[in-house]
Amino acid sequence: MDAILLQILNGLDKGSAYALIALGLTLIFGTLGVVNFAHGAIFMIGAFCSVTLQRLFNLSYEVIDETQKDFLGNPLKVKTPYVESWFGPEMGATIIDWSVPLAILFAIPVMLVIGYVMERGLIKHFYKRPHADQILVTFGLAIVLQEVIKYFFGANPIQTPAPEALSGVAQLAEGIVYPVWRIVYFCFAVVIIGAVFAFLQFTTFGMVVRAGMADRETVGLLGIDIDKRFTIMFGLAAAVAGLAGVMYGPINAPNYHMGMDFLVLSFVVVVVGGMGSLPGAVLAGFVLGILESFASTTWATTTLPGINQIIIYLVAIIILLTRPRGLMGRKGVMED
Amino acid sequence: MFGLEKNDSKLLLIVAVLVLLAPFILNPFPEGSGLAQFNAGYPDLMQRFVIFGIFAIGFNIMFGLTGYLSFGHAAFLGVGSYSAVWMFKLLSMNILPAIILSVIIAGLFALLIGYVSLRRSGIYFSILTLAFAQMSFALAYSVLTPLTNGETGLQLTLDDPRVLGVSATADGSIPVTNLFGLEMRSTFQLNLGDWLFTFSAGYYVCAVVMLLAFYLSVRIFRSPFGMMLRAIKSNQQRLYYTGLNARPYTLAAFVISGMYAGLAGGLMASMDPLAGAERMQWTASGEVVLMTILGGAGTLIGPVLGAGMIKYFENIFSKINDNVLHGWFSFLPDGIEDFLVTIVHPFVGKGWHLTLGIIFMLVVIFLPGGLVEGGQRIGRLFKRKKAEDNDKSTSTEPAE
Repeated sequence: MDAILLQILNGLDKGSAYALIALGLTLIFGTLGVVNFAHGAIFMIGAFCSVTLQRLFNLSYEVIDETQKDFLGNPLKVKTPYVESWFGPEMGATIIDWSVPLAILFAIPVMLVIGYVMERGLIKHFYKRPHADQILVTFGLAIVLQEVIKYFFGANPIQTPAPEALSGVAQLAEGIVYPVWRIVYFCFAVVIIGAVFAFLQFTTFGMVVRAGMADRETVGLLGIDIDKRFTIMFGLAAAVAGLAGVMYGPINAPNYHMGMDFLVLSFVVVVVGGMGSLPGAVLAGFVLGILESFASTTWATTTLPGINQIIIYLVAIIILLTRPRGLMGRKGVMED
Repeated sequence: MFGLEKNDSKLLLIVAVLVLLAPFILNPFPEGSGLAQFNAGYPDLMQRFVIFGIFAIGFNIMFGLTGYLSFGHAAFLGVGSYSAVWMFKLLSMNILPAIILSVIIAGLFALLIGYVSLRRSGIYFSILTLAFAQMSFALAYSVLTPLTNGETGLQLTLDDPRVLGVSATADGSIPVTNLFGLEMRSTFQLNLGDWLFTFSAGYYVCAVVMLLAFYLSVRIFRSPFGMMLRAIKSNQQRLYYTGLNARPYTLAAFVISGMYAGLAGGLMASMDPLAGAERMQWTASGEVVLMTILGGAGTLIGPVLGAGMIKYFENIFSKINDNVLHGWFSFLPDGIEDFLVTIVHPFVGKGWHLTLGIIFMLVVIFLPGGLVEGGQRIGRLFKRKKAEDNDKSTSTEPAE
């Protein structure tokens, strides 16, 4: 029983990441009808937002510390981050320590702007073009974004540690020890997902957007500027993926190709969940994440070697062939 | 000629001449000059041009002609490579049986995957092929280690039980691949003044295979079967209503393009007898998509051009580093020189992917027909001018 619970827990953090990226993908797909291959790159940029903030906080100047001497008797030069000099050493250290969660605040406007610019600058022109063209142009964009990040941050993974207070392990029950940050990540994902659903469900804006997803033309005829709202939704989807990336840093050090790695899997997640279905994407994200963790147990890998690497694809293939619309897909989406 | 129309045979002839004279054409700059690094006429690179050309021609039959965007074609390339290396290990170092086996195995594999994937179309088909390819990659990387040698990749060893031929040569090294005694590695160098031209047996074998593959694809494009594939691309619904089942045609196209990929994989292994799992990764499939789109999907010559361009970029552009840039701009004043180098630097050398991505995006946005369409537009520009000069009233555009 404990073993099963542990595997479910293990699957939750990956599942959260899948679910968040897939949620954004589905949101874009459901509203704009665009297949966005650059969504993984947005996730990656989110992760690098926390890297950027960490670097900004660590910007420092050198002061001569008279109390410390090297072996020649000269006073040592000590690096002091600006943050520490502004907020005092203790507060400054805490701020630096908390750079990953603080990056959320920094990332939200950045991701909204990136999403907005992407939609207005590029994707707007691709609504009427076939899906293949959309895939291709966003695929190209993903390459460009990836290379830009590689140019500025290098090809090696960059460590972004979690705050000290959240980086240990927690004793959940007898014999179940689990890293705190992963629990935080899961809770964070649940909050974000809940917020997106609440936003769509309970606000007028969300209602209009949902109406637009169901019937764009009618909403347009009512005199509502649906395009503008959809653009905002694109920015929101980008923000969701970006936040998923920000918080993912401590689990896996950000590197420039993490977007592409996640993109493929999250597309599979979207398809399994059903294209255009938000609950489906979330459900499939968690289910596949947990399945993956079950397949990674020693018991599974010894009975069926390699199952941990192919389980998701296997499930996707079976689902696609038996339920073409995915778990919760709507009728008539992309069924040409 | 060869049952082709006049235009097509002209195209085939031009391609043949270009391919056969490639060692001259790709080596326009004298040895030792500053521009010599743009010479692409060395055997390794020329082989890659034509092999990836074959790969892209095959992919184009599926995407350009039939309209199905497969993101998993690299799997067939990898399967072809593995089967070829196994043939070298077990049977003989002659490349002919190896290539035949890799085409057959890749065809069977494509039949299997195509049979399942083609139940869906559009993005679902893309995801299915992607899932299958990633699965094959994972299997080749881990589970099938006895067959694929896992992450190290499949290589020839000194104790291979080669039925026809020796396990090791007299001097204790691994025998090289050959075609009835003609060693793939053998080269002939021609010195003309400052120029050095290299003719490699391996390249010419690949080139001839590529020409055959190209000829075959022209025939497919112009055949009733090709017409049917085009019909599937333009409107499948209508085909169903006329009482035609598109599945057998799409499956046939998928298998054919898988066999092309297998052929490319087999050739790749013939030139350099090793095979690794990374050839099957989805990024490798993405590369052939880039090639085909860049050159022009659905056109005859486009994929080959695209493949050539990307491989040229990958091998030549990536070699331009800061030193070379400083060399180029050295005639300028110091400040401007450094400034220009800083600006150009991210786009060349290690950053060549960035340039590639940008060019790719520009092509998708502005030139959906790829480089071929670009060429046609330029050609039309000149033609119109000429027509206007000669006679404004009699020139008529063909209705197409």
